[in-house]
Amino acid sequence: MTDTAATGGPVLAADGTPLKKSLARALRIQKLRALALIAPLLIFVLVSFIIPIGTMLSRSVANDLVADTLPLTVVALESWDAESGELPDEPVYAAFVTDMVAAIAVKRHTRLGTRLNYEQTGMSSLFRKSGRKIKKLDPAADAPFKDTLIGINKDWGDVETWKVLKTHSVRITNGYFLNAIDMRRTPEGAQAQPEDKQILVTLFQRTLIMSLVITASCIVLGYPVAWILANLPARTANVLMILVLLPFWTSLLVRTSAWKVMLQQQGVINEVLVWVGLVADDARLVMINNQFGTIVAMTHILLPFMILPMYSVMQTIKPTYVRAAKSMGATDWTAFWRIYFPLSVPGIGAGSILVFILAIGYYITPEIVGGTKGVFISNRIAYHISSSLNWGLAAALGAILLAVVLILYWAYDKIVGIDNVKLG
Amino acid sequence: MKLTKLTALAATTALCAPMAFAEDMANEMTIVSWGGAYSKSQLKAYHEPYSANTGVTILNDDSSAEAVAKLRAMNEAGNVTWDVVDVVAADAMRLCDEGLALEIDADTQLAAAPDGTSASEDFGELLVSECFIPQIVYSTTFGYRTDMVGDNAPTSVCAIFDTEAYPGKRSLEKRSINNMEWALICDGVAKEDVYDVLETSEGQDRALAKLDTIKDDVIWWSAGADTPQLLADGEVVMGSTYNGRLFSVIEEQKQPVAMLWDAQVFDLDGWIIPAGLSPERQARALDYIMFATDTQRLADQAKYISYGPARASSAPLVGQHAELGIDMAPHMPTDPNNAQNTFLFNYEFWADYRDDIETKFQAWLAK
Repeated sequence: MTDTAATGGPVLAADGTPLKKSLARALRIQKLRALALIAPLLIFVLVSFIIPIGTMLSRSVANDLVADTLPLTVVALESWDAESGELPDEPVYAAFVTDMVAAIAVKRHTRLGTRLNYEQTGMSSLFRKSGRKIKKLDPAADAPFKDTLIGINKDWGDVETWKVLKTHSVRITNGYFLNAIDMRRTPEGAQAQPEDKQILVTLFQRTLIMSLVITASCIVLGYPVAWILANLPARTANVLMILVLLPFWTSLLVRTSAWKVMLQQQGVINEVLVWVGLVADDARLVMINNQFGTIVAMTHILLPFMILPMYSVMQTIKPTYVRAAKSMGATDWTAFWRIYFPLSVPGIGAGSILVFILAIGYYITPEIVGGTKGVFISNRIAYHISSSLNWGLAAALGAILLAVVLILYWAYDKIVGIDNVKLG
Repeated sequence: MKLTKLTALAATTALCAPMAFAEDMANEMTIVSWGGAYSKSQLKAYHEPYSANTGVTILNDDSSAEAVAKLRAMNEAGNVTWDVVDVVAADAMRLCDEGLALEIDADTQLAAAPDGTSASEDFGELLVSECFIPQIVYSTTFGYRTDMVGDNAPTSVCAIFDTEAYPGKRSLEKRSINNMEWALICDGVAKEDVYDVLETSEGQDRALAKLDTIKDDVIWWSAGADTPQLLADGEVVMGSTYNGRLFSVIEEQKQPVAMLWDAQVFDLDGWIIPAGLSPERQARALDYIMFATDTQRLADQAKYISYGPARASSAPLVGQHAELGIDMAPHMPTDPNNAQNTFLFNYEFWADYRDDIETKFQAWLAK
């Protein structure tokens, strides 16, 4: 600064450009080089992770099908009052026939029927069957259409049919999210689903509770194992480590099926208990196809994810700390509880986050051993993706699940602090 | 001079025409099916002879269970990699509705029966969708452990609801389709009225109430192999599954299991061709379908698996099992002895009511 003041001009670099400019350029080149180094990873993450998840999640609100397939009808319906209890007038019917004739030509009307059938039972066949007859109509010559359509199928003379069309004609809808929390979109606003169709909120709660139980049992079972591993001589520890890792290398399906053989009523455990005489032959324990089965199998499968971070943290705890505590008069328990345990908490934290987040999205194990009460929300997501083809609802459920995980992660950060998590 | 040239040209064109046609078809195709013994039966009966005749390489993909979702995703991505797909009729209807499957004209695009009967007449009512080419009739029916029922072998489907006469667990599929119908039949609804009753919300409640009486005694399955395994282990006294799976438990594995054909529900499995294939691939797929669904080929498949051929003209040609050497006819779900009391699955009904009833069913299950 004093230099600048002394010479009365900007400081110049060797090649005559101002130093500030030259420095900025050098920094920019450095930044670009750094960016180029991470570019492969960045592009990979973008292409394989963020874009697919983003497009999938956008389906939870996207609802273009109705407005794209029936553009004229949607406009014509705007002036119709759904609450009036009266059928729409001829212009709506005429617009509808024009739209349908165009849609049938490219076979989109049945897709629309499938879409609307999620909201109102019967729409699927209404569109499929009516399509065959509307195809023969001429939008210019055959008017008026109101009576013709009602003649083709009496449901076109039902106010409910038009209400559903109007309610779900918006391009951005909250309908899927409402469905995902056991509610539905109606002309009168959001309403609860009938009681006999409410299932998803229960499943969300069940998924959360069972994931917590699985995480807790992993902590209880994994902690002593990790402790032993960390305190044995390296050679023995390595051998034992293979035993921990072995299940990792076995197919998930094989391990899950093995639990089936173990736990079922004619299975290994029950046979042994009956043979020993602890359990009567006609009162065999029910240990599978329920929540117990899911918790046992998933705890076993996820256990390595708990043991490994615990082990690597415990390895860094110096035995001298516990010895020092004991030398100052602490009992074994006090030395463990006041010295060793607090030092091992970061390992528990890391393991818990891993296990919990893996558990909450688990699918195949609950499907096989979960029966009716031991299934997770992901099983419903899978059903809507592959069976009912209601991808909008599946995306909404997935988005909620993602939000729940993020909120829990945030809460964990607030309470425990994410800096306290160590993987080693 | 000019004339001779023209004639020569015409002659070459005429000669080349059939050749050119063959060259316009792809030389490789991907066929999607269910895997296991079923795919093997198709390999023996269809793929191997077709490859031998035409030199076409056939790739197998065992993805039929997720076919609908995958085809939809492929279609959206604009890259359909499958040429012929094996699906159940209900899925074929969905694919057709979604515009994901090609519409087929049975009479021009499928082979007529040897006696000249047109394909549409030969398949008859089994052509349930414009896009669907039926292949086999299978049934979902019950098997029971002969050693667990004593002298009191069940003869009626309602045995599943009779926990006093037949104590022990039973296995049912973890979905509403079929179970709701059986529940109503056993609750006293006449067979022909089942779907009228099931249409109403009271009817649905009635079916669920009936199922509720055995809810604690049921193991719910989701894979076709579950019930055979549960029966073999003695975990269940009876259970529903596809008849071909039970055939394998009884005849191939010699387990103490017997068939309960009562109120078996017929369903269809067959081919669809995905929409949006390139002309060469579509021509190849149509050529394959023409071959693989003719009378003899459908009858051949029954040598390897106990599912009934979908053509009426194939039934008399069904012979013996290729390895076991037993007559296959008595093991067909369509055999008159087995088909004394059958239940016809209503596709239109389930296309409409599936979303609604399935949600109620799953909510009831989770309670």
